[in-house]
Amino acid sequence: MSQKVLELLKAQFGSKILETSSQFGDDTAVVEPSAWREVAQFLRDDSRCAMNMFTDITAVDYPDRDPRFEVVCHLRSFDKGHRIRMKARIGDEYADGLEIASLVPVWEGANWFERECYDMFGVRFVGHPDLRRILMYEEFKGHPLRKDYPAQQTQPLVQYREGVLDKLAPFGADEGMPFGRQTHDISRNEEAN
Amino acid sequence: MGEVSSVRVLEGAERGFATTRLDALLNWAKKYSLFQYPFVTACCAMEFMGLASPRFDVARFGAEAPRFSPRQADLLWVVGTVSQRQAPVLRRIYEQMADPKYVLAFGTCASCGGFYDNYTTLPGIDKVVPVDVYVPGCPPRPEGVIDGLLLLQDKIARGDRTPGIVKPRSDVALAGADSLVQLGKKERA
Repeated sequence: MSQKVLELLKAQFGSKILETSSQFGDDTAVVEPSAWREVAQFLRDDSRCAMNMFTDITAVDYPDRDPRFEVVCHLRSFDKGHRIRMKARIGDEYADGLEIASLVPVWEGANWFERECYDMFGVRFVGHPDLRRILMYEEFKGHPLRKDYPAQQTQPLVQYREGVLDKLAPFGADEGMPFGRQTHDISRNEEAN
Repeated sequence: MGEVSSVRVLEGAERGFATTRLDALLNWAKKYSLFQYPFVTACCAMEFMGLASPRFDVARFGAEAPRFSPRQADLLWVVGTVSQRQAPVLRRIYEQMADPKYVLAFGTCASCGGFYDNYTTLPGIDKVVPVDVYVPGCPPRPEGVIDGLLLLQDKIARGDRTPGIVKPRSDVALAGADSLVQLGKKERA
């Protein structure tokens, strides 16, 4: 569908485009991380690409790969009706060096997407104007969508109430309430009979 | 239990009169004048609207007046999923309510976290505030909620103030680091 764009990228950047693939109408270019913003700028400004819509940016954690993380960005052109996916592979197995250039200078809309990506994966976007957590709270430790974060591990902001953690329903005789409503005046029922 | 709220109308005298106990009378008044604070966070809100609108009409049970200040409310409806990030807000709203105050957990998420068994969701609002009645369902039918409301009214009439408690799923944060799944060598030695 937009293999022309891939050809353009290969012609323009040569060895900075590490690999390309096309499958089911999706065209992907894997980009050298250092050329990330340069490629994005070209895709936006070149009249043959004209990628004027930033769709999404996120990351994927492949724990067994090196580099471990893949930053994935989806772009679309309203004018040309084509779209492209570009990826960059960063970070070693300890998630060090997890840095890539921010795309906010290219597409304003990337701001909150990159904040989410930072929040969930810890990818630091260099040049981002306001790189803070967006979904989780400041006190949260770690990045929950990394594969080495245990998915059920909560980090409560408030102390849980005492006594709620070691009691099983049904409750003891002194707590909770019996199942079902009760007639408010049993004695009167008896009188009626 | 039945005698606590008994109201006895004695026939025979010319005009008739009723006798009761003061606390029973007060509880009777309280249970039919619940001012609600809707803490509505998620999709259960749709059923809450159904509950409040004419077909089911919660006004029949004396709980129709929503008060959007917790200081004026005495029944806190927690309708929907509460995230860890919201938990301090919920606790604070509960603390701002004046006694006597009651809490109703509306739906499975509010009761126990539902299927959100993950890092972001509070596993049941009873972890931060005491809950009087749990209404299960995803979302609960309005009939179920009305049943829960009647349970609460019954509880108020009995003068019963003990909160209910539901056991949480095991939480790895509280069970200790040994129970965590270790995925390979991600910490530098």
